[in-house]
Amino acid sequence: MDESNASAPKIKIHNLSFYYGNYQALKPMAFEIPEKRVTAFIGPSGCGKSTLLRTFNRMYELYPNQRATGEILMDGENVLDPRQDLNMLRARVGMVFQKPTPFPMSIFDNIAFGIKLYESLSRRELEEQVEWALRKAALWDEVKDKLNQSGTSLSGGQQQRLCIARAIAVKPEVLLLDEPASALDPISTARIEELIHELKEDYTIAIVTHNMQQAARVSDYTAYMYLGELIEFGKTDEVFIKPKRKETEDYITGRFG
Amino acid sequence: MSEHTSKQFDADMEAIRTAVLNMGGLVEQQLLRAINTLKSGDDEAAHDVLADEGRINSMQVEIDRLCNQIISKRQPAAVDLRLVMTFVKTINDLERIGDEAKKIAAKAQQVREGGRITAGQLHELTWVSETARQMVQKALDALARLDLKAAAEVLREDEKVDAEFVSIVRQMVSYAMEDPRTISASIEIVLIAKAIERIGDHAKNICEYVVHVVKGKDVRHASLAEIQQEISKG
Repeated sequence: MDESNASAPKIKIHNLSFYYGNYQALKPMAFEIPEKRVTAFIGPSGCGKSTLLRTFNRMYELYPNQRATGEILMDGENVLDPRQDLNMLRARVGMVFQKPTPFPMSIFDNIAFGIKLYESLSRRELEEQVEWALRKAALWDEVKDKLNQSGTSLSGGQQQRLCIARAIAVKPEVLLLDEPASALDPISTARIEELIHELKEDYTIAIVTHNMQQAARVSDYTAYMYLGELIEFGKTDEVFIKPKRKETEDYITGRFG
Repeated sequence: MSEHTSKQFDADMEAIRTAVLNMGGLVEQQLLRAINTLKSGDDEAAHDVLADEGRINSMQVEIDRLCNQIISKRQPAAVDLRLVMTFVKTINDLERIGDEAKKIAAKAQQVREGGRITAGQLHELTWVSETARQMVQKALDALARLDLKAAAEVLREDEKVDAEFVSIVRQMVSYAMEDPRTISASIEIVLIAKAIERIGDHAKNICEYVVHVVKGKDVRHASLAEIQQEISKG
């Protein structure tokens, strides 16, 4: 990617730390996530990449004794500010998890459920938005004739696209993907990767993945983390060809540990 | 470089590296035989050059196969990828050096048979071909040890070989103008000099790949001064 393609930062992380009780899981870090780009977080298990992702929509607050300090500025507004409306925040910052998590309801309602929380739409408008989300998630053609069937009746790959459709149905600005393809077969994985490529036209995407080749394929920027520290952040093309730090090189070339 | 978590990856890389260096050794030997043909009209050496050409070609094909295999199986990244790509490119240069050695041996036989080359010309060609052979040897050392200092030396030597080629051409042109009967021998001598000059270029290419492996910067079309500056960077 050349400089003319550079994007303004969507999220600015400043002096961010994270604690599980007394244990510091993230050491103070600062970097910027560019808007409408894909930023991948890589690193060995336990390095803090999922923890980091969960700070962006304060998902960690669902659990006791977890806290983040520092600043996460989304369009200049601190996400960590206690006055932040969490429901609105999570509408702006959608999340998809490793295992597909369809609700035990119809395919249609899986999508409509989230929309109804934030907007009151006519039936027709609602149907339009559900279709839009399913089309965007490249699932429409496969499910349009069975919208009333249970979401859990879909295959794993379809379920994951359903979850992505659900996340984008409320038109978030940022999409957090925590290992979205690790439980999927190669074809479904390729579909999700293709989808990520299309979604970045409208959304800022942060993805955690254990699959280095996947990070190389889908992302514009890559962050390498180790033991709660951000070791290197840079353009994916540079990180995978000539990383600046030896630790990064050792990890991506499989010389680690 | 430290080891991979996967020992098999290390073993596969090492096997390719060894194969490239073996191929380089054979190419160097071909070059030596070509120089001997030039120096002393050694017909047996000229014959061996032709006989071993097929071995070099099959080594090139085999190493290419190994590189394809490691790319598809291991998806090498960063320094590993640069190294594999360097092996792929290096074997092409080595194969070409082998071809040039063949040309030198064949042409040397021709000009010697007719007694159409002077002792002075022979001496000059032998000297510059010996310089080119040492460049190849040093380029292979640089690759084997990823040694930037050796690579830089080869790059400097190449300027000498290029200058010598220009001087030989100039000389041959003036001979031909003085006595048109020397034209055909002059052309053959220029072709030998050109083959030697190309060998220098291939050695230089290999050294530029070595800089890319170590520094991560492609210096193929950079000037010698720029390359030296890149090498001296920490």
